[in-house]
Amino acid sequence: MVVADLPYWAATLIKTGVILAVIPAAALTLGYVFLMKTMAHMQSRLGPMEPGGFHGWFQLIGDGIKFIQKEDIIPEQADRAIFAMAPAVVLISTFLLFVVIPAGPDLVAENLQTGVFFALAVSSLSVIGVLMAGWASANKYSLLGGLRAAGQLIAYELPLVLAVVGVVMQAGTLSLQGIVEFQQHGKIFGWGGIGLPLIITQFVGFVLFIAASQAELTQAPFDMPLAESELVAGYTTEYTGFRFLFFYMAETATAFALAAIAATLFLGGWAVPWVHGTVANILGPFILAAKVMVVAFLIYWIRFTYPRFREDQLQAFAWKFLIPISLANILVTAVFKVVF
Amino acid sequence: MSEFLRQYLTVAIFGGAAILMVALMLGVGRLVRPTRPQGQKYLNYECGVDPVGSGWSQSHVRYYIFALLFVMFDVEAVFIFPWAVRLDAMAVFGLVEMTIFIVVLALGLLYAWRKGVLRWI
Repeated sequence: MVVADLPYWAATLIKTGVILAVIPAAALTLGYVFLMKTMAHMQSRLGPMEPGGFHGWFQLIGDGIKFIQKEDIIPEQADRAIFAMAPAVVLISTFLLFVVIPAGPDLVAENLQTGVFFALAVSSLSVIGVLMAGWASANKYSLLGGLRAAGQLIAYELPLVLAVVGVVMQAGTLSLQGIVEFQQHGKIFGWGGIGLPLIITQFVGFVLFIAASQAELTQAPFDMPLAESELVAGYTTEYTGFRFLFFYMAETATAFALAAIAATLFLGGWAVPWVHGTVANILGPFILAAKVMVVAFLIYWIRFTYPRFREDQLQAFAWKFLIPISLANILVTAVFKVVF
Repeated sequence: MSEFLRQYLTVAIFGGAAILMVALMLGVGRLVRPTRPQGQKYLNYECGVDPVGSGWSQSHVRYYIFALLFVMFDVEAVFIFPWAVRLDAMAVFGLVEMTIFIVVLALGLLYAWRKGVLRWI
């Protein structure tokens, strides 16, 4: 790969530029394909199918233009500095997620030794931004929404982290690139035709990961922090214009990043059988994108289908169901790994 | 500079780029959007009526109990990861050790459950 031969600074500059371009593109793609079109089809929403003619292609652009034109209002009572910073914190946490996601043998911003761990740690930074937003707004709805969000994000952080342990155990590495290679070279009972996508052995882990990432994204059926019928708009109540848009961009881009991590951990990431070397570098991003779309479709399908949980059901589901199952999953995987 | 530090330098650069991007977007927004100050716009939203009392109201203690439980289990996760990476090398010894560790923690969760801490009242 050409980039690998460049000096460090030049290579980093290119990588930063690429990721800066990828994030809005990822957010727009998911927003357009799923939030607008799939939702419109699944829930018979007529509005998003109208603007611009064919299938309402203009809707998202129109929304963007609308947000840019809105006045930036900071309530008089709000804690101004923190109020202004909160959306940025959420967006930056999303941004850092993209550093470790590999899109080809050489196509990764930085192949950290602790890749998965870094991704999980960084993804939970957004809690701080959400709490800042909820607290600084000096609004009762915002505060309740912020607290709910914090309670939910930390409760579902655990199944998310513990679900990954099974994969790490099998692959024997925390590096996302290493996990992809393990799946590419793995064998199913000695047959290496399709490698070993870990969804086969870690299906429970995959289901846990998807359920937990759904909650991490504060999407229905886990959208109590933003429950519009109870809390107006939760922690985003006082936000307008660009800062409001930041929360949504971060949410959609995080959905993309989490889907990419799920695809990397469980579906083999950029790798498909018989594709190696330079060809993998060229095809990798497309393969990864295809797998991401499959996982994202699953996430959004659940979102559009199920009604909202109650707050107590949400906590009970995490603590009494997901966490015991993920602990059991770790033990069973360990026993299989050591005994067989 | 060692390879390890260099990798995290990249992460730091990405953090800086993210801050720059956010600042740039907000800067562009400032140029484009209108500003028409008007007293009532800056009131807190409370269903259209004037807000009553302070927005920083007291909240229920249950949030802190869940936060405490979370800290316990998150520390557990930090211990599990290094073990998971080295499971091959530690084999049966590691398996027995970790089984004891997880069972003890599961007992803790069971205790909290029986105590009624996990109930959201």
